Amino acid sequence: MSAPYAKLPRWADYGLIPLINLIVAFLVAGLVVLLVGENPFDAAVILIKGALGGGQNIAYTLYYATNFIFTGLAVAIAFHCSLFNIGGEGQAYVGGLGLSIVCLAFDGIFPWWINFPLAIVASALFGALWALIPAYLQAKRGSHIVITTIMFNFIAASLMVYLLVGPLKPFHSQAPQTRDFLPGGQLPKLGFIFEWMGMRVRTAPFNVSFLLALVASVFVWLLVWRTRFGYELRTMGFSADAARYAGINEARTIIITMMISGGLAGLMATNVIMGDQHHMALDFASGAGFVGIAVALMGRSHPFGIIPAAILFGMLYQGGADLSFEMPEISRDMIVIIQGLVILFAGALEHMFRPAIQAIFASLSPRSVGVEAKAGRGS
Amino acid sequence: MAEAAIELIGINKSFGAVRANRDIHLAVKKGTIHGIVGENGAGKSTLMSILYGFYQADSGEIRVNGKPTRIATPNDAIAAGIGMVHQHFMLVHNFTVVENVILGVEGEPLLRSSIAKARSELQRLEREYGLEVDPDAVIETLPVGLQQRVEILKALYRGAETLILDEPTGVLTPAEADHLFRILRQLKEQGKTVVLITHKLREIMAVTDNVSVMRQGTMVATRKTAETTVGELAELMVGRRVLLRVEKGEANPGDFKLVVEDLTVRDTRGVTMVDDVSFGVRAGEIVGIAGVAGNGQSELIEAIAGIRAAVSGSVLLDGKPIDVTGKADPGELRERGLAHVPEDRHHVGLVLAFEENENSILGYHDQQKYLNGAFLDIPAIRKDAEDKVIKYDIRPADIRLKTANFSGGNQQKIVLAREMEQDPDVLIVGQPTRGVDVGAIEFIHRRLIEMRDLGKAVLLVSVELDEIRSLSDRILVMFDGRIVGERGPDATEGELGLLMAGVEAKEAAE
Repeated sequence: MSAPYAKLPRWADYGLIPLINLIVAFLVAGLVVLLVGENPFDAAVILIKGALGGGQNIAYTLYYATNFIFTGLAVAIAFHCSLFNIGGEGQAYVGGLGLSIVCLAFDGIFPWWINFPLAIVASALFGALWALIPAYLQAKRGSHIVITTIMFNFIAASLMVYLLVGPLKPFHSQAPQTRDFLPGGQLPKLGFIFEWMGMRVRTAPFNVSFLLALVASVFVWLLVWRTRFGYELRTMGFSADAARYAGINEARTIIITMMISGGLAGLMATNVIMGDQHHMALDFASGAGFVGIAVALMGRSHPFGIIPAAILFGMLYQGGADLSFEMPEISRDMIVIIQGLVILFAGALEHMFRPAIQAIFASLSPRSVGVEAKAGRGS
Repeated sequence: MAEAAIELIGINKSFGAVRANRDIHLAVKKGTIHGIVGENGAGKSTLMSILYGFYQADSGEIRVNGKPTRIATPNDAIAAGIGMVHQHFMLVHNFTVVENVILGVEGEPLLRSSIAKARSELQRLEREYGLEVDPDAVIETLPVGLQQRVEILKALYRGAETLILDEPTGVLTPAEADHLFRILRQLKEQGKTVVLITHKLREIMAVTDNVSVMRQGTMVATRKTAETTVGELAELMVGRRVLLRVEKGEANPGDFKLVVEDLTVRDTRGVTMVDDVSFGVRAGEIVGIAGVAGNGQSELIEAIAGIRAAVSGSVLLDGKPIDVTGKADPGELRERGLAHVPEDRHHVGLVLAFEENENSILGYHDQQKYLNGAFLDIPAIRKDAEDKVIKYDIRPADIRLKTANFSGGNQQKIVLAREMEQDPDVLIVGQPTRGVDVGAIEFIHRRLIEMRDLGKAVLLVSVELDEIRSLSDRILVMFDGRIVGERGPDATEGELGLLMAGVEAKEAAE
């Protein structure tokens, strides 16, 4: 039995501990870089330059971050209801289907600012419906959501392969993707912001769906902490027994939470498809659904933690691409290793350094450490 | 003066800024039964956890048989001859008695020889102390009293000379408790030392030689049991005079507000926990349900409160039926005037990770006064919580504090404030004072009587016989899922104890 958890000041809880975890992750990553015969300091410089070294780099970083905000929020809201939604990947993928149907139907008819809201609704709806079936099975049949959402990722992948080599593929085309959208299905870029500041962004795909991601973050914060439904979902998340006692409808809460989660994941498609590729290609989600899990863990399932965590992972993606280009010894897989280390230390081993830091804080000034009034919690 | 088996000298222990133990001195004489009493949070459990090696003291010394001893882990404690019987048993349910006894001290990879050794050792212990248990019985088939005996055997098998028992009688019938005390006296006669932690003062008077009282982390007094009284001990515990009996006037019962007819409830395994139970509670009376924990009281109140579906039977709330066999919605029942203080406030009545004000609306969170459309009306919720904190003297008076950081008594007050302030017609209360300190008990009891005098129908379930006897206007005794008797408030403890043990029920069956 360890000493009871004392509270840490907020800045230590949300700033210092993630920072220490991150530093350790990079130290270990540095060892890996050393192992393949490259200089870890040079690698770090290239990585950071690649992520933040210019307008184009920053724009790319934020483009990736946009994806991770959506999927991170999706995972986080389910976490608050103690549901582990591993299906963000599949939900984003199917969300893309909804979005593509809207764009393929209306891109020649309406301008982007009409199609964008329609696409938001369609992608969120399709993502939500893809989460509905696992949610229903969990709520009514007790099938574990982790298993079913993983399975639904595979089902989504297969379904999309069928659609993209069949019905959705233009006749005569050899690529497994939809036709390119007309301008009505393309989102405006936000690169001009950097150009105002005198930076060059070239063709970086940073686009208005980043703003949608920020709106979604505020939406999640309001929903979880300021609404009756959020109260119910948090009650469920902390104690299913208390929820039953409070007359909260368990099945309804699970289903709605998962649908919101799936909807948020589905919104990711606006960034990739409407914002960048302008067609839906095979495997366009490319793992962002899974990165969302790490982002949610690192951001403590709080929207305002998720945004910086998503930007960090965006940096790893963008800087990592540059790194593997400049240092041939470091392949893309190495970047995945570094990401994996960040996930390991920031997520899975989140509490590893906590007791030590608590001890330090407690010895420095007991008053700074919020105390547990319940003293004798022994045995 | 006999040699001290255990001596604690100047023990200090802090958690953050809370000083759980302050300069504690305690000497437990060899071959005695030493009681330690104190309110919840007085530091008894912390002190014993230090002695048993769960925690390390910040400063101070532990001496075992006069020798300074470092106890850093429970293994050190066992090596020093200290054994502990926990409040919640640490047994593997699907193992046999003998398997549990050797758990952790198997000795070698193959179990055969160590089981044989344990078997003969168990026989010896049985002879010496009258600790009879079938070594091949599977734990989950044993009644609680016997499970506790297995815990004692485990400690003795590990060579314990000093035995610490933490609230050992909480789960026992009066008869089982008496048997336990006989065992403890036998242990004492054989030269063992017993440290008994409890909040039940009458047990202290019945069985101990010496008693030490803790209050707010300090050891306030040590007395020879023969030279003190319950009143003095209670006063020492609380630091002021305490009313041990609740003062109340005559009940003025009105119409039946809650009527339960032929209610049968099964648990998740399909075992019948409530068996064809019928009774009624009138406005302006407290009906107490006495019984040893696990005889169906929990399932009974859960079924009435709509948390657990019943198999058959009916419940009338204010003359109108509740759909107890189908989907009774606790939220709807609240609107109809049924409030429920659940037995388990940690997992059911409260969300410990919530702020105090968030818990003060749990279950009532869909009332318009707390809402602003779909949004929570946070100023209204906080104002409401502030009012309750003042009215129920909840301490610390900080509605933004996490609920887990309140003491047991104050947590219970949060629940009571929430349920009582809704002005219900029927109040169901489960274990209102479990893990609650003496000062708060007095407050809670007074509030329950007030509710009665306001004309509410109160259904009280408690395993504390004293509480049932001092609060109830009628007492129902539950045994094995059935109500085996109804008595008035003047029923003796012995009479109720026999009913609780099912004695009369069995005789009637034969």
